[in-house]
Amino acid sequence: MLLDKTISELAAGLRKKEFSSVDIVTECYDAIEKHGKELNAFITVIDNTTALTYAQKKDNERTENTSPLHGIPFVLKDAYITQRIRTTSASNVLKNYIPQYNATVYQKLLDAGAILIGKMNMDAWGHGGSTENTDFGPAKNPWDTTRVAGGSSGGPAIAIAARMSAFAIGEDTGGSIRNPAAWCNITGLKVTYGRVSRYGTIAYASSFDTVGPMARTAEDCALLLELVAGQDPYDATSSPHKVPKYTQKLTGNIEGIKVGIPKEFFGQGLDSEIKKSIDIAAKKFESMGAKLIELSMPMFDYGLPVYYLIGPSETSSNLARYDGIRYGQGRNQFTPETMRRIMIGTYALSAGYYDAYYKKAQQARTLFIKEYEKALSSCDVLLMPVNPTPPTKIGELMSDPLANLLADVYTTLKYWIRISARN
Amino acid sequence: MVTYKTIVGMEIHVELKTKSKMFCGCKNDPFHAPKPNIYTCPVCLGLPGALPVPNKKAVEWTIMLGLALGSEISLFSKFDRKNYFYPDLPKGYQISQYDQPIARGGKIVIASEAKQSFSPRHPELVSGSKIASSSRFNLIGTSRNDGKTIRIHRVHLEEDTGKLIHSTVNGKKVSLIDFNRSGVPLVEIVTEPDINSSEEAKAFLKKLHQIIRYLDISDADMEKGSMRLEPNISVKIMSLRINAKQSFSPRHPELVSGSKIASSSSTPRNDDESELPSYKVEVKNINSFNFVKKAIDYEVGRQIEILEAGETPVQETRGWEEKKGVTLPQRRKEAAHDYRYFPEPDIPPMRVTKDQISELRTKIPELPDVKLARFIKNYQLKPEDAARLTDEVELANFFEKCASQLSIINSKLSIQSLANWIINKKVDYTKASPEELIKVITATKQVKQVDEVELTRVIDQIIAANPQPVAEYKKGKTGIIMFFVGQVKRELKGRGDAVSIRKILQEQLK
Repeated sequence: MLLDKTISELAAGLRKKEFSSVDIVTECYDAIEKHGKELNAFITVIDNTTALTYAQKKDNERTENTSPLHGIPFVLKDAYITQRIRTTSASNVLKNYIPQYNATVYQKLLDAGAILIGKMNMDAWGHGGSTENTDFGPAKNPWDTTRVAGGSSGGPAIAIAARMSAFAIGEDTGGSIRNPAAWCNITGLKVTYGRVSRYGTIAYASSFDTVGPMARTAEDCALLLELVAGQDPYDATSSPHKVPKYTQKLTGNIEGIKVGIPKEFFGQGLDSEIKKSIDIAAKKFESMGAKLIELSMPMFDYGLPVYYLIGPSETSSNLARYDGIRYGQGRNQFTPETMRRIMIGTYALSAGYYDAYYKKAQQARTLFIKEYEKALSSCDVLLMPVNPTPPTKIGELMSDPLANLLADVYTTLKYWIRISARN
Repeated sequence: MVTYKTIVGMEIHVELKTKSKMFCGCKNDPFHAPKPNIYTCPVCLGLPGALPVPNKKAVEWTIMLGLALGSEISLFSKFDRKNYFYPDLPKGYQISQYDQPIARGGKIVIASEAKQSFSPRHPELVSGSKIASSSRFNLIGTSRNDGKTIRIHRVHLEEDTGKLIHSTVNGKKVSLIDFNRSGVPLVEIVTEPDINSSEEAKAFLKKLHQIIRYLDISDADMEKGSMRLEPNISVKIMSLRINAKQSFSPRHPELVSGSKIASSSSTPRNDDESELPSYKVEVKNINSFNFVKKAIDYEVGRQIEILEAGETPVQETRGWEEKKGVTLPQRRKEAAHDYRYFPEPDIPPMRVTKDQISELRTKIPELPDVKLARFIKNYQLKPEDAARLTDEVELANFFEKCASQLSIINSKLSIQSLANWIINKKVDYTKASPEELIKVITATKQVKQVDEVELTRVIDQIIAANPQPVAEYKKGKTGIIMFFVGQVKRELKGRGDAVSIRKILQEQLK
């Protein structure tokens, strides 16, 4: 199957004319035909004649110098604004919304010649970790359809695992790329805040939201990040730092790299099988010449509460624009989980509570930054689990809102300190 | 014995005339837009996914305004979100500044001439017991001799909202929204409650308007709404010292413990100069200095009546109804909005260096006070003339061009004559050229001049022709001299000046 290949392999094959874009895109639509309905990964599938016509055009215009993404099919989490293509954020509030412009990340991919196949299911507005809090029906894990795919970028992870797309752009606020990537057994990269422009990303929590690649391999993610990263005049929070050639850093040599293992992440509540897998990975790194360093990050316990104050505060403001006047649907169309987050955030920002909640949480955020700085001064990378448990059964988390929040226990700690993390 | 003191603080909104809007590249020209909703984009329409990017020029201009007002410029400031729902606010929040504005402090000194015009149209409302026989209230005005200082509290930058238009379409009442104004940079200037009369308010606003126009950062056109005025008005009861103790006899003894009494007491009575009344009434979006004056006068009268009845005016927002000459309640302020301010996460905080501030300081033009002093000193102008000429910077510049032209062509025309001409003839500086104007003035003056030989000849002629009036004059009927002046003027066809004609006549008739 062509879609078992990495993006570099596909690009090489296309150039050598071993196969065509039309062949790859056809594979995608075959897989969608076969598994799409059951997995419920797509909110919008781009009409296949359109995509195939586009693929044909790409095949015709390909030269030696075209981008490695030229003619490669991809999908977007439905949080990305796409001109003339319905964009819903998996919410009934935007169920008929056709945008007038393109997100920067989408425009960059179009300019590189990549081919959009579909807009993907997710937890509405990013509110969730299982792609069950969606008005388009829960998405299912391709490895066990009685279980969830993770979230909020569940749809994109499924599409890659089930070979319905070569890569995807997800969005990570509190684990939304890493969590489904882990549960669907693909590679996801939560990038440093500001590394990729957020322009055209429907906001969940603006100071946490990051735009990142989801793909088969680390190499694919490096290739994608190289292309989509960089400062954007339309995003004041995008980083002015130069974009490194990530792909050139993939030498395979990790000799002497110090791998930090924070002990708090391996305590009670971590599933034994997940722990075992991480141990195996750690041993593997060690055998390749890396040095394992155990360290302590005592702020661990505060990660979740801090995230669940700042995230909802920002989302309560970000979702104010869906006021019932402009997008055809009233605010009663928000799901109970979204309403909960709006209410928590509204409360935390209210006069008299702001100092006790929002402000305190922001101060704690500063402490976390210091803790990470300290940890990363003694090692090069941190190794930690993404999720405490294997994928839950569909419906399990939805019936217990608190468990739903706790599923983010590891991932939430990484995003608000604005460092990158990889599954 | 109770007296009253007017306490007013002003909030002024000014739309900056930058080329583009505050957070996007859309054209900033809401008043000349040929159609509604043409200067819009995802950002100023608040579409999903759109992000604000601050306009550098708007930030610089706000810093310059702060510098012109003598404010302290914050080296670190940030934008915040002010959350509230309103149809003209597409994001559901306004990007504004909350606790770290671009500039804090500063002042405007109202010229002392503004003081002199403080002749009360309603003497019964003003200043105390001396006029008090017929007085209903004793209202303390200000009557210091020097200019009065109105302190600036802060200057911050935010975005304007869209404009709601309520009209009837196909027989149906509808509300329409025009987003051409959405996202236009808006500076808010807040004063301390230092204004103690409607006259002071007007003088302050005129001065602020003048400074803004000098800086050339806004049209500050009140009719169009690019400068909007909101006075916060309250009246303070000032009791005499004898009563001070009485006013302290607690109506709620449980509240008397230290500092709590002042803030908790429901009566606004307090003699401490710095203590403010427990309420204030905001009058919204007034679009002329005179309306502000009228609104303050009306409010003060209304509030005193309430206070006289032993009650406290309700804290609320009111609107000025120009046709009726009254303020009417709009919404109660006591159930004030909780705007849930928090730092705008889409815009990194702004850091300004001292060097950047110095650089901006050099871009500030000569300001009205300095220009006025220079005009008086350098051109030896009468203060009132200098004030007229420096009222608008364009007129001042025009005057200076004319003045320098005078010296270039080495004209005999005096600076004062030039000033008089420009002021009295209300010269349109947008059309006239300095060179042309000086030619016109000089020509007119020359026509008026008569050489002495001719003048003496004509006077002799007139005296000779009127023996009867000459005799009467010599008998002591000196008033008749004006008859001779008139005759001479007629003979000269209006030329010559009356003063010198009269002087020569007096000589000849001795």
